[in-house]
Amino acid sequence: MRFGILVFPGSNCDHDCYHVLKHVMGQDVRYIWHKDGDLKGFDCLVLPGGFSYGDYLRTGSIARFSPVMDDVVSFANKGGLVLGICNGFQILTESGLLPGVLMMNKDLKFICSDVNLKVENNSTVFTSGYKAGEVISLPIAHGDGNFFIDGPELAALRDRDGVVFTYSTAEGEVSPEANPNGSVDNIAGIINKAGNVLGLMPHPERASESILGGEDGRVLFQSIIEGFVLS
Amino acid sequence: MEITAELVAEHGLSTDEYERVVKELGREPNYVELGIFSVMWSEHCSYKSSRVHLKGFPTTGPQVIEGPGENAGVVDIGEGLACVFKMESHNHPSFIEPYQGAATGVGGIMRDIFTMGARPVANLNSLFFGTFQHKKTPYLIDGVVAGIAGYGNCMGVPTVGGALYLNDSYSGNCLVNVMTAGIVKTDKIFKGTATGTGNPIIYVGSKTGRDGIHGATMASDVFGEGGEERRPTVQVGDPFTEKLLLEACLELFKTDYIVGIQDMGAAGLTSSSVEMASRGGAGIEIDMDRIPRREEGMTSYELLLSESQERMLIVAKQGMEDKVKAIFTKWDLDCEVVGKVIKEETVRILEGGQIVADIPVTILTESAPQYDRPAEKPAWQDTVQALDMGSVPAPDDYNEVLLRLLASPNISSRESIYSQFDFMVRSDTVVSPGSDAAVVRIKGTNRSIALTVDCNPLHCYLDPRAGASAAVAEAARNLVVSGARPLALTDCLNFGNPERPEIMWQFREAIAGIKASCHALNVPVIGGNVSLYNETRGEGIYPTPSIGMLGLIEDNSLITRQWFQEAGHVIALLGSTRPGLGGTEYLRSIHGLEQGVAPKVNLEEEKSLHKACLEVIKTGIILSAHDCSEGGLAVALAEAALNPTGPVGVDVDLGVTPNLRSDELLFAETHGRIILSLTENNLSILEGICAAHGVPLQVIGRTVEHGFAVKGLINTSLKSLESAFRDSLSPLIRGEATP
Amino acid sequence: MKAKVYVTLKKGVLDPQGRAVLGALKHMDFDEVTDVRIGKFMELELDVPEGGDEDKRLAEMCERLLANPVIENYRIERD
Repeated sequence: MRFGILVFPGSNCDHDCYHVLKHVMGQDVRYIWHKDGDLKGFDCLVLPGGFSYGDYLRTGSIARFSPVMDDVVSFANKGGLVLGICNGFQILTESGLLPGVLMMNKDLKFICSDVNLKVENNSTVFTSGYKAGEVISLPIAHGDGNFFIDGPELAALRDRDGVVFTYSTAEGEVSPEANPNGSVDNIAGIINKAGNVLGLMPHPERASESILGGEDGRVLFQSIIEGFVLS
Repeated sequence: MEITAELVAEHGLSTDEYERVVKELGREPNYVELGIFSVMWSEHCSYKSSRVHLKGFPTTGPQVIEGPGENAGVVDIGEGLACVFKMESHNHPSFIEPYQGAATGVGGIMRDIFTMGARPVANLNSLFFGTFQHKKTPYLIDGVVAGIAGYGNCMGVPTVGGALYLNDSYSGNCLVNVMTAGIVKTDKIFKGTATGTGNPIIYVGSKTGRDGIHGATMASDVFGEGGEERRPTVQVGDPFTEKLLLEACLELFKTDYIVGIQDMGAAGLTSSSVEMASRGGAGIEIDMDRIPRREEGMTSYELLLSESQERMLIVAKQGMEDKVKAIFTKWDLDCEVVGKVIKEETVRILEGGQIVADIPVTILTESAPQYDRPAEKPAWQDTVQALDMGSVPAPDDYNEVLLRLLASPNISSRESIYSQFDFMVRSDTVVSPGSDAAVVRIKGTNRSIALTVDCNPLHCYLDPRAGASAAVAEAARNLVVSGARPLALTDCLNFGNPERPEIMWQFREAIAGIKASCHALNVPVIGGNVSLYNETRGEGIYPTPSIGMLGLIEDNSLITRQWFQEAGHVIALLGSTRPGLGGTEYLRSIHGLEQGVAPKVNLEEEKSLHKACLEVIKTGIILSAHDCSEGGLAVALAEAALNPTGPVGVDVDLGVTPNLRSDELLFAETHGRIILSLTENNLSILEGICAAHGVPLQVIGRTVEHGFAVKGLINTSLKSLESAFRDSLSPLIRGEATP
Repeated sequence: MKAKVYVTLKKGVLDPQGRAVLGALKHMDFDEVTDVRIGKFMELELDVPEGGDEDKRLAEMCERLLANPVIENYRIERD
């Protein structure tokens, strides 16, 4: 399976994603510089975390106009798998591939910490390796992870099981105390209607090796690879 | 412009120094040249008050690839790799504009590292502020922390560790010391050297603005339009541009297009070109008309002295100009050929085809003044060391004392600070902030580096020599308990006004202390910086020699953390507690006394302790190891109990020692002590190793399911320890609690 | 009464945000843009009668909190 990792000016989790996919998961991985838009031959694109364009103006707002993004949109529209992590998620909402918007954290501060997440939907190609309702632990590291979506759109998202991960307690309770950043309904990750574009704020690539303290993130990459083999 | 006595004074040069300029130059300098002298002969660039004292640091060893003198020191970490690291201060700018001051400090130190060819992999910081009694403290902490986070996070370099210390002496002068470590292949280290007559000098990065041009210019220069606006002396950081600069430089380093590269840091273009020429034994000619600039009407004087951030100076090989340009253009960065290397060892500045400055390099460097300033022990030194233990009442309730200590801003959890730093990016952080040292793995190997920053300013105030010696010993101990062998250190020597003999005495004493520990523990100094004049209204800061140290772990399975793991393990104390409460956090925060004789490190014992600890960790039987420092044994035990993944109970008996008071037993800050945990069946291995090294070993108790008990003295719940430790700092910084 | 406060970076102070936005606009072929400076806009509601020392107090708010006079200018507008 061939993964492409998009590199925008200011991306800084590109190496981490590359490392996990290449050296931990043993996949074929290439970097794609944002000015080189050839996406032929890729099976899954990863928009990594970081501070594309310094996160100036609004997070993801400038990267969304990068030359490669038109191709990413058509890649997604043709059913290609797209995974947006952290800043990648922000770029996906700015570009309209995913609904909603990521605002500044409710405490107005950057937060780097491990959080518990409840797997709300394990029937996606990205999450099939998790059990339904399973609580996993992944790190977050963001200043703008406060997911917002208005009432009707939220209802629509809920209706189609678009919410994939929510912030929860270790016991799986999706409560305000477990919400690190003020996201609506504790939402941490969502998927598009077609089921091929996932965006999440937590960093699965930082929890894919035991030496780093956890491997819950690895399951997400494993799911993508196994799903691809089956298809 | 005529060079008047006032103008010379505004440039920070004394009459004697100016006469020296004229004598060396053989003529009067012009205005541009005066500007160049003012920065090159400043304390910051010339180390004129400190240089004579910095000689004699051990700077060599089989592991040292590059000692002091380059942008940063370099040590070998095996498998063809080296670690480049350095610590630097950004004190004054951070006090004026905390966010930008701290941010540009972080940006500057990272440039020092990647200019050597290394990719930065870890940042640390050592921060000193006034207490929360001072209204400005929360504002300063908040801004400095946000600035460090803003820059480091955006760069994608994890901030993995640090230190925070509060004391009234910093209320008018906060200290922001920042450290970066980077990894480079040993055969790909780059230096800031200008060689090869005719080689082009290339300017890359941001455009030059009027940032940070020193106060003298502001006073003497004629303001252009908008003269009502004070020109900025504080630089604004642009981490996004620096990230591009980093990636572009690393791409450049894979090629063989260049011969040298140098960061434009403090004193900008001037010091970077002088330093490159000086190291290369060559000269440099720069044409000001070609310098990329942000503002109209900038003079040569301004272009040379500007401290605009995110800029580099490169000496390329002839004919490689376009190839170098192609790389920087890809990353949307300015890149201009601005001059060339010349044979004559001089710095020659051209403007409009005319020479506007021409100064032989050695005059700027070697001929800079050097002072052996008078030093005298302060009259109050003996007074502060006097402590009548009879006047220190023994507390009735040690539970309460322990909780108050854990809640002290100098001890309590720093999570509310480090959670603002992305400490995990690059996915190499094996031991996150909160343990004795941070541990960062090296991908592609089974090795890790361990990093720590240390200094106890109260100990340094009471006895600068003992305090500085202890800072080195404690840094080494923090590495050792993490399973790392100390390799080298970098220091940031923060002191008051060196023109006052008592400050100079503190400085000399501290240096003697560092040297003693470095020699004894075999840890060379490979770089650092000196920050003097940290003084407001005649009140100097406590002497603050911050030590940043690097260690190596050659087998990742030996990485050790400070926390007890589960109930049923044996707790052992290595080293012994000595009488004396001088300089303890206990005396300071419970009895309000900053007094007494600071604990001294016994270097021979310390050395044996480190050997024994590393040896026993190597056997694989050690489950946790923690250094005893601020707050003493009781606090160290509590810290070890408060495992972030869930607290572990403690039941210990410290016994009765005839010459120790209970508060000494619990809270004395005797150096050379380590708390270990292990299973009982492995105890004999530990005993054997300790006996072989002559290290005192005492089994003091066990880890249990619930509670924290020290027989006859303390009995409290883990929950109360936890809330005292974890919930105290954040409300103070937010201004929601009163100290 | 209402007051509007505009905080802008002083002339000559680097504006990284403005620069990045300028770059993006150029990439999007808005070539006519030659500079972008980004500032902050704040609306304050004040519970005071007109004609008191509100101007002085507003200036003080700006000096002490809303702007950092080292790098920023401010302008106050009142309704």
